[in-house]
Amino acid sequence: MTLLAQPTEPATGRTRTGSTALDLVLRFRALGLVIALAVLVAVTAAVNSRFVGQQSIRDLLLSAAITMLLAVGMTVVVLTRGIDLSVGSVLGLSAYVTADFLQSNAGTPVPVAMLVGLGVGAACGLVNGVVIHVGKVPPLVATLGTLYVFRGIVYFVAGGSRINASDMPPGFLDFGTARFAGIPYLIMVSLVVLVLIGVFLSRYRAGRDMYALGSSPEAARLAGVPAGRRLLTAYVLCGALAGLGGVLHAARYGTVDASAGSGLELSVVAAVVVGGVAIFGGSGTVYGAALGALLLTVISNALPVLSIDQFWQQAIVGALILGAIGLDRFVGLRVAASLRTKDSHVD
Amino acid sequence: MSTETAPDRITATRPASGRLRSGRLIGWDGAIVLVTLVFIAVAAVTVEHFGTSRNAGFLILDLTPVLLLALPMTLIIVTGEIDLSVASMVGLTSSAMGVMWNNGLPLETIMPLCVVIGAVLGAVNGIFVTALGLPSLAVTIGTLALYRGLAYVLLGDTAVADYPRDFTSWTIGNIGASSVPNVLIPLIVVSGIFAAALHATPVGRSVFAAGANPTAAAFAGIPVGRLKFWLYVVSGAVAGLVGVFWTLRYSSARADNAAGLELTVVAAVLLGGVSIFGGKGTLPGVVAGVVLLTSLQNALRLASVSTEALTVVTGSLLIVSVLAPNVVTSARAALARRRARLRMTPTS
Amino acid sequence: MFASRARRTRAVVPVALGLSLVLTVAACGGTTQDSSNDDDGGGDGESAAAADPDAEFAPDLSIAMLPKSVNNPYFEASSEGAQAAVDELGGEYEYTGPSDTSASSQVSYINTLSQQSADVILLSANDPNALCSSLEQARSAETYVVTFDSDVDPGCRDVFVSQVDSDEVGRALIEMASEQIGGAGTVAILSATANATNQNAWIAVIEEELASNPDYAEIELVGVVYGDDEDEKSFQETQGLLQANPDLGAIISPTTVGIAAAARYLSGSEFKGQVALTGLGTPNQMREFVKDGTVTEFALWDPTALGELAAYTGAAIASGIITGAEGETFTAGELGEYTVGADGVVTLGPPTRFNADNIDDFDF
Repeated sequence: MTLLAQPTEPATGRTRTGSTALDLVLRFRALGLVIALAVLVAVTAAVNSRFVGQQSIRDLLLSAAITMLLAVGMTVVVLTRGIDLSVGSVLGLSAYVTADFLQSNAGTPVPVAMLVGLGVGAACGLVNGVVIHVGKVPPLVATLGTLYVFRGIVYFVAGGSRINASDMPPGFLDFGTARFAGIPYLIMVSLVVLVLIGVFLSRYRAGRDMYALGSSPEAARLAGVPAGRRLLTAYVLCGALAGLGGVLHAARYGTVDASAGSGLELSVVAAVVVGGVAIFGGSGTVYGAALGALLLTVISNALPVLSIDQFWQQAIVGALILGAIGLDRFVGLRVAASLRTKDSHVD
Repeated sequence: MSTETAPDRITATRPASGRLRSGRLIGWDGAIVLVTLVFIAVAAVTVEHFGTSRNAGFLILDLTPVLLLALPMTLIIVTGEIDLSVASMVGLTSSAMGVMWNNGLPLETIMPLCVVIGAVLGAVNGIFVTALGLPSLAVTIGTLALYRGLAYVLLGDTAVADYPRDFTSWTIGNIGASSVPNVLIPLIVVSGIFAAALHATPVGRSVFAAGANPTAAAFAGIPVGRLKFWLYVVSGAVAGLVGVFWTLRYSSARADNAAGLELTVVAAVLLGGVSIFGGKGTLPGVVAGVVLLTSLQNALRLASVSTEALTVVTGSLLIVSVLAPNVVTSARAALARRRARLRMTPTS
Repeated sequence: MFASRARRTRAVVPVALGLSLVLTVAACGGTTQDSSNDDDGGGDGESAAAADPDAEFAPDLSIAMLPKSVNNPYFEASSEGAQAAVDELGGEYEYTGPSDTSASSQVSYINTLSQQSADVILLSANDPNALCSSLEQARSAETYVVTFDSDVDPGCRDVFVSQVDSDEVGRALIEMASEQIGGAGTVAILSATANATNQNAWIAVIEEELASNPDYAEIELVGVVYGDDEDEKSFQETQGLLQANPDLGAIISPTTVGIAAAARYLSGSEFKGQVALTGLGTPNQMREFVKDGTVTEFALWDPTALGELAAYTGAAIASGIITGAEGETFTAGELGEYTVGADGVVTLGPPTRFNADNIDDFDF
């Protein structure tokens, strides 16, 4: 498993020797996604040219914006060899709490609402991080548990009530649909987050430590990486972004009840895996994950246009996950082999 | 499954648990059996209608699918892998059963075919995990979506419901005039087979060895890959059987049958004291875990406790079942270190 | 490796097959769909007791409402109505149910309620057949089963309280759509799930009206899509409809989730005001969109009144006032007198239409 991780380990700098071959492979990976996207869009547009209309593209990006945001957070966690299955529940909790807050504080400016959502999400992420790091509970088990617990809390807070569009301040709802220079605000929020986290992961020590932790936790610890702090950071970040996703969800749909975001974790994990992030850590980028999210959204939007039975959608997602991890395994083996022959002192 | 702590598996977890085993009277699995018995006794007295034979019948019907799926899941988790696709395999075999029934096949042919279909689905998981060497967590998340998707492709949103009453009423019926459900005896037999296989056969010892230390197991001549492959096949076959049971119990083949059940199964197995890192666990503990989880939900429902509490309790139990032994382990380790230090001080 | 794999096959496959035989053993050979079709039917016959229309409502009845799922505002509103009716009659009331809309979770709750010896279960079913066996068990333990909102197989319950007559809903839907597009153009339907009984019945009526009613000769139905009662899915399907049909006149969405999602989408898109939207929605969810001009008129029944009628019906049948046979009558408090129709169906009444003039009079 760690085989996959080694090629991109940036923390050491030693792997620079093989970087041209690696860059090619990684670029090929992203390129593959872009090509798949382009083909899909082209075919769908050939069937119905409206698919590439302004409104349609905006809708596509809007649908992708929330999954993309969650996929970015999930990437950070997966890089450390973790996983966060509770994101759907965190999104639901944050969406409801934010909407409820706006309902009773109608004058709240949008940035404050976003902070509320971020706060709720970060708190949930902190719970995950503490249970995982301090309690030594494996991430899969811990977040499977909090998937239930957080959803239970949403049920508890929301009961059977629903917050409707008319209950939320118009300024907030406008934020969900309005656009600046033709680009909806929601997409801008997601893109800004994407770039910020991308820079954080590649340019900052704490970000690069995430890759180190995922590649080889033991080596990272020996090298002085503060594993506990980094893990907590990763989970808080993932939770906070899921929380922000909740705010965007409330703004976009204008209706929030206790079931918001149920089952979302599957598409987020799928986006991350399809986007080339190795499920056992150490390799991948947020940009890949974002492309993965976009591809999944385009597929689900293209199916009705192509008149393909919508029941195929989930099966396609499953096949894509299997294909993506299979491809990564294949590429990983090839890279490992080429590294061995090319650079004898790689060990 | 995270391998975040996997590298420590050999250096820390294993010897620690070995030390513990000699130093305590009762393991986590023993404790969970006790807790389950105590809980049932207390609930029978305090929760109205819980202790009735009728409720026991309902309880057994409710826990049948969870227990059946938990048996192979235990073996798989003991080898250090996981199968999150079990509930989707139930859904897919259920849909397949509906389609075959609609096409006029006799039920006597359909039922074994469903088990075979399940085995094939399990074999696909097995091939991805063993032959291609892919992480089982990612593979079975993929097949979770794929199999559920195929179930929808087969049946869409329709339901097939016109099964003969002989079959459906047998599934939910009792033996003669007693209040012992018909499914209880097969359930005990199957559980017994799995318990014997895990704890009293070379195959079982290989399962533990493969989970405790795959490299050592391979050097000892255990075909780890082939073993895991067949465990996935068995898991699929049992899921096929559960698909048949589910369809007949609810007289309804639907694509969304058993959706989300994998979480309950994994929760019950971990609650039963199986280590998520592999190499450790007992089937009696798992049976107790399943009984505890389902009877707790049953008792809460009877006591009219709200749904949200049920959700929170399930999630918390899952975390606590892993957290508690960890806390105990580190507390004991701290204690042992202090004792050792005390012993060391006068001599040095 | 292959040799030993074959050896293993011999060991494992018989075990797997054996497992299935354990289940098969109860039956003898060759049971197919054709051979069994004659003996389904489910019900254990109508109760033999005669109705006593002059009987009083029994006091101290325990009545429980089991919705498709809790945490759903629609059923919360129905529950309020049922609660009010039970309070009026002096009985005991409970609102309980699963948090997911699956039939299997409802079975556990039905079992629990029959254990608790509830007198009446008011049920909105997640599946027409999957609940039957547990409902039969409950009824044999002297619990009366009244379905409302979503029915089960008529043999498995005593009475079904229908929110509305399907023909009337279907006709109201197409009439509203026709009014809003001036009697000519294309319409499309955004429904709930593909097998939703209610929606399919209404869609059938719409299709029939379009084919036979000369008033709608110039209206064409261009498609039916399913949003599965999920916001995201309904959004996407709405987008798909608009892309596939550039000159679409109106969308009819006979489901509260669908119409709210479609309204939200239209209100933020370039299609606002261009494409008419009507269907079934709650005034609280739609108020915003009626005020901003996205939606002109839509309809729904009153879910609170539906819950109230269901509770009165349950109490009436538990008190022996009715048995569920056609033609029996009873009085449902302030709602007035109701008659049991064919197949044991009691119908609440025609749907209410909501528009800018009256929407502020309603709060549900």
